[in-house]
Amino acid sequence: MLQKIYDWIDDRIDITPIWRDIADHEVPEHVNPAHHFSAFVYCFGGLTFFVVVIQILSGMFLTMYYVPDIENAWQSVYYLQTEVAHAQIVRGMHHWGASVVIVMLLLHTLRVFFQGAYKKPRELNWMVGVLIFFVMLGLGFTGYLLPWDNKAYFATQVGLEIAEQVPFIGEALKTLLAGDATIVGAQTLTRFFAIHVFFLPGALFALLAIHFILIRRQGISGPL
Amino acid sequence: MHKGKGMKFVGDSRISAEKTSKIPKDYSEYPGRTEAFWPNFLLKEWLAGAVFLVGFLCLVLAHPSPLEGMADPTDAAYIPLPDWYFLFLYELLKYQFASGDWIILGILVIPGIAFGALLIAPFLDNGPGRRPRQRPVAVGMMLLALVSCIWLTYTSAAHVDWETRAEQNKPIPPGESVVDQDHPGFAAYENSCLSCHGGELEGGAGPALVGTEHTKEEIMDIAVNGIGAMPADQFQGTDEELEQLADFIIETSEAAGE
Repeated sequence: MLQKIYDWIDDRIDITPIWRDIADHEVPEHVNPAHHFSAFVYCFGGLTFFVVVIQILSGMFLTMYYVPDIENAWQSVYYLQTEVAHAQIVRGMHHWGASVVIVMLLLHTLRVFFQGAYKKPRELNWMVGVLIFFVMLGLGFTGYLLPWDNKAYFATQVGLEIAEQVPFIGEALKTLLAGDATIVGAQTLTRFFAIHVFFLPGALFALLAIHFILIRRQGISGPL
Repeated sequence: MHKGKGMKFVGDSRISAEKTSKIPKDYSEYPGRTEAFWPNFLLKEWLAGAVFLVGFLCLVLAHPSPLEGMADPTDAAYIPLPDWYFLFLYELLKYQFASGDWIILGILVIPGIAFGALLIAPFLDNGPGRRPRQRPVAVGMMLLALVSCIWLTYTSAAHVDWETRAEQNKPIPPGESVVDQDHPGFAAYENSCLSCHGGELEGGAGPALVGTEHTKEEIMDIAVNGIGAMPADQFQGTDEELEQLADFIIETSEAAGE
């Protein structure tokens, strides 16, 4: 039955080459921890992606309850934390995932760096990876404000004050982020929410797609 | 996409009518013990992922994510602190050469050089050798940056008393004030204690009184004689008022605990 459904679809859209490109490729011996235990360092990239998936899924569930306005943001997080079934775990995963993803990203970056895996012909993929790192830091910065507790509010205020001190564009930059030249308030929260939930994830997905297409195209770097 | 004469297509589409093989490639001609990603390696990777997930969930269950009290822009006493992975940048700005007149150095030049170098690392370190020994400059710079970041993060975090911070900024349940302002002890609390211990006994300059483990007698003693960093003679009034005050604190604390 399943085979017939598959064949029916494959007849029409020729799906086999598509999944073949993604799934059917070789894993060389030197990256396989089953053969060399030290090859576990090659897992860091995959685990980073795993945490990113956790972040996306838990974030999608959090937005079911979260309300991005200054009256209700904290209340909704408090409600989530105390009343909603399992929401403490979901929010915990998102909170800790934000830290763990930075740690895994750092480990993955260090693995690639110390192995010199970014050398020709993989320069572009390294740069895409560093951009992913920047996007992640941006996600961390904007996500920190969303619970709208004291910690979030005052850290963001400091962050915006630092942005303001950038020469020439500082004040424009602060206004762009905060929605106002002086107030950190309702506008700031909605802007950070939009950046955290739409702008940066959009950039992240695009960069991840390029990162994965490039690695599939070039293959993993050879042994040292 | 295949092109050419004699090709058969499905309907008027560009899908080839000739079937491609669904059997995965055989990787035996590759060097070493190469194996197929699908499905052999993916199953093992799945296992590593599962172990990682269990560890991650243990972390999540052991440490519920923190939530402080609702943002209060008028709280001038609050000491801001960024998330841990920004602490090194935050700490950098405390150095003389990276603050005040030199703030541009701290917020743009130093981080700019560091992250810029990271971004274009393949072009700076463009020799053919991949082993760390063959590129001492690149590896040395990275180690230096790494040690600096760890050191800055450590010095920044070491001064913070995380537990006291969390204790002082506990969230107050919304909507329901536990403070009974008609209580005979409230007036004494308002006059003597509120400025440091907060309007909801949630703490401030002093610790939270909600959930206090002191007995009534101890509270009466502390109000008069002080404790730890709290000076003596905070309460000045009659013994009857003192007793009402202690009653008020204990009753409010119990009401909040329910």
